[in-house]
Amino acid sequence: MKYVDEYRDGRVAQKIVDEIKRTVTRPWVLMEVCGGQTHSIVKYGLDNLLPAEIELVHGPGCPVCVTPLDMLDRAHAIARRPDVIFCSFGDMLRVPGSNGDLFQLKAAGARVEVVYSPLDCLKIAQANPEKQVVFFAIGFETTAPANAMSAWQARELGIRNFSLLVSHVLVPPAMAAILDSPDNRVQAFLGPGHVCAVMGYTEYEPLAERYKVPIVVTGFEPLDLLQGTLMAVRQLEQGRAEIENQYARVLSREGNTVARRTVSQVFEVADRAWRGVGVIPQSGYRLRAEFSEYDAERRFDVEQITTREPAVCISGEILRGLKKPHQCPAFAGECTPQTPLGATMVSSEGACAAYYNYGRHLVNIEREAAAARS
Amino acid sequence: MCLAIPGKIIGFHDKLGVRMSKVDFGGVTREACMDYVPDACVGEYVLVHVGFAISKVDEEEARRTYQYLEEMDQLQEIYEGADRGASEGET
Amino acid sequence: MALAIECPLPVMGHKQVVIGHGSGGRLSAQLIAEMFLPAFDNEILRRMDDQAVLNLDRARVAFTTDSFVVTPIFFPGGNIGDLAINGTVNDLAMSGAQPLYLSAAFIIEEGFPMDDLRRVVESMALAAKTAGVTIVTGDTKVVNKGCADKLFITTAGVGLVPEGVRISAANAKPGDAIILSGTIGDHGMAVMSQREGLDFEGALTSDTRALYRLVRAMLDAGEIHALRDPTRGGLAATLCEIAKTSGAGIDIDACAVPVRETVKGACEVLGLDPMFVANEGKLVAFVAAGDAQRILDAMRALPEGREAAIIGRVTDRHPSMTIVRTEIGGSRVLDLPFNEQLPRIC
Repeated sequence: MKYVDEYRDGRVAQKIVDEIKRTVTRPWVLMEVCGGQTHSIVKYGLDNLLPAEIELVHGPGCPVCVTPLDMLDRAHAIARRPDVIFCSFGDMLRVPGSNGDLFQLKAAGARVEVVYSPLDCLKIAQANPEKQVVFFAIGFETTAPANAMSAWQARELGIRNFSLLVSHVLVPPAMAAILDSPDNRVQAFLGPGHVCAVMGYTEYEPLAERYKVPIVVTGFEPLDLLQGTLMAVRQLEQGRAEIENQYARVLSREGNTVARRTVSQVFEVADRAWRGVGVIPQSGYRLRAEFSEYDAERRFDVEQITTREPAVCISGEILRGLKKPHQCPAFAGECTPQTPLGATMVSSEGACAAYYNYGRHLVNIEREAAAARS
Repeated sequence: MCLAIPGKIIGFHDKLGVRMSKVDFGGVTREACMDYVPDACVGEYVLVHVGFAISKVDEEEARRTYQYLEEMDQLQEIYEGADRGASEGET
Repeated sequence: MALAIECPLPVMGHKQVVIGHGSGGRLSAQLIAEMFLPAFDNEILRRMDDQAVLNLDRARVAFTTDSFVVTPIFFPGGNIGDLAINGTVNDLAMSGAQPLYLSAAFIIEEGFPMDDLRRVVESMALAAKTAGVTIVTGDTKVVNKGCADKLFITTAGVGLVPEGVRISAANAKPGDAIILSGTIGDHGMAVMSQREGLDFEGALTSDTRALYRLVRAMLDAGEIHALRDPTRGGLAATLCEIAKTSGAGIDIDACAVPVRETVKGACEVLGLDPMFVANEGKLVAFVAAGDAQRILDAMRALPEGREAAIIGRVTDRHPSMTIVRTEIGGSRVLDLPFNEQLPRIC
């Protein structure tokens, strides 16, 4: 596949790794923001190719992981209604709320549909005029243009039995929250390539400036991540703190202005709660007043939600890069992809699931080595 | 986040009032909404996320980046020289 | 005068299966006589007993059962009937047994189109003939609308294991070469491409086929320790199961695993990993290292093994674990998938 295969070339990967080894002189902590980047790093075993001085910490780049518990419970309450067809991306099906997940609701008879594009929901709404079709509009800025289009077209086509349950989150405020934390150890970022394909990277320039951290906007294939790491390490070694664009084949500084225009016509910035982190001001999207009739939160009066987080889950600390999954007492014991306690284990992007599926043997080797030392 | 894959535009059509195109991914085709890349043409590559093209792939830029990566061995010496020069220049 | 409550139309005159076709009366008899018998025709079946009495000599008998509930019923490359025959034949063949006799029980939802049933039955007849097996006994039930998803088929199969052949997952041993008979992910993606909303077009075809001929050629060429066909859960599930059962460690080279370009494209778009996608016409073999090349050559001489490749080795390091050397030289642990993979956007 063009533009995919060549970025998985092992020979070139080794060259970049060698160059990183030649460049690095002391330990550095880098964070890749996006869950898709985490997935790629762990799937290709990138972190065990890098020299020991480089520590990769996994960021909160998983909109599935950070969807707040009360929003999930609200989604589940709406999905339970017999007049509702609840549409969602596959990612959200197994995320546990306070009482089970969408998959279990579906098994119990609720009408839950996995959709691959937000436009599919409009088709479903047209085909089922007697039902209310609700779309769980989650995601980072990357998905906002698609989600916005569904609301826009619903209005254009006069589709009244459709609404969105919006849980959009934004990356720059999350990065600022991480950098503001007194425990922060992150010294450079691999920025979210697809978010920036939509938004551009002008919002990241003030972050690099204010916090003096290099931010390299990076793609998702192994060579992209390696090159992004090399660029970040070079900046760190040279004492620079700038924005660089590793993913130039796909994005520019301004991003996609057409997409951003539609997004700003449908959504506006608002405060949002992030699961495990708390409320980050101005860190999410909500529907603008002109589209309020498509807001599922208004359309459906859901009774008081009482949320219940498992006490042992440290998803929040993991999302902020403060802890690694295997440092959680429940990891691989009480908490597994089959029996997840928090969203970082359910979502395949979540740091905990990625560790569990791909990296466990390294942890075992580490544990054995540590036991031998003590 | 966020899964987006490059594919080649095969042709255009309309659906639900939006401009769509058939996009080829390694031999399978799927439709995607083209409203956000209005200047994309047949034969060009776009990045598709949840059934929407969100960006075009810049062929020239891709070639430049890849060539740079491939030639990393030769470039290494240039950088080593530059870094040594820079550090010697600092007081 | 009592009204006879029976349908006077011959089976072929019904456009849909009705409850009466499963109730053991005349309609049932008609369905069997006009649909199943002509298709599966053989001497044993013609006797129309409740069981088939088989002459099996004194050899070791391989015996298997399986259920088929795939939806959609028809997909590119085959249908539920092909899966039923080939799947059962392959389960037997994975022990080295020559598959001989099958049973086929049908649970049909009321209202199922008769033409569709005929298509499935004819596919089964052809698949059985190709695989060299006979369907010697069967059953038919019809349930009320909504009580079954269109059509379920349950099979059982028996075969004979030749003298001296001992194949088992537990027998994989360090040094063994691991051979995969062809491309992975074809079946799962072909079925998925038919599901509502996906609308993939082009070249995604199920790989359903019988593998006994391939196994026979492999047995003639060298020593096989373990064999399995990677169906649900994909190649990954099969490798993990064998690693756990045998206690051996498995090393896989990701670059050596063949995947069709179209399957790869579809998987990339949906965020799926071909290693976890179902196959219906492939096998994985753990063979004595010295025989690997000879066995590989024998496989490649047949159409069903044309793309066979050595994809890894059994090791005594990391017991019970499967580790993949990735395309870029890193390593990752392969683990049993917990759930069915779902398409993702993240």
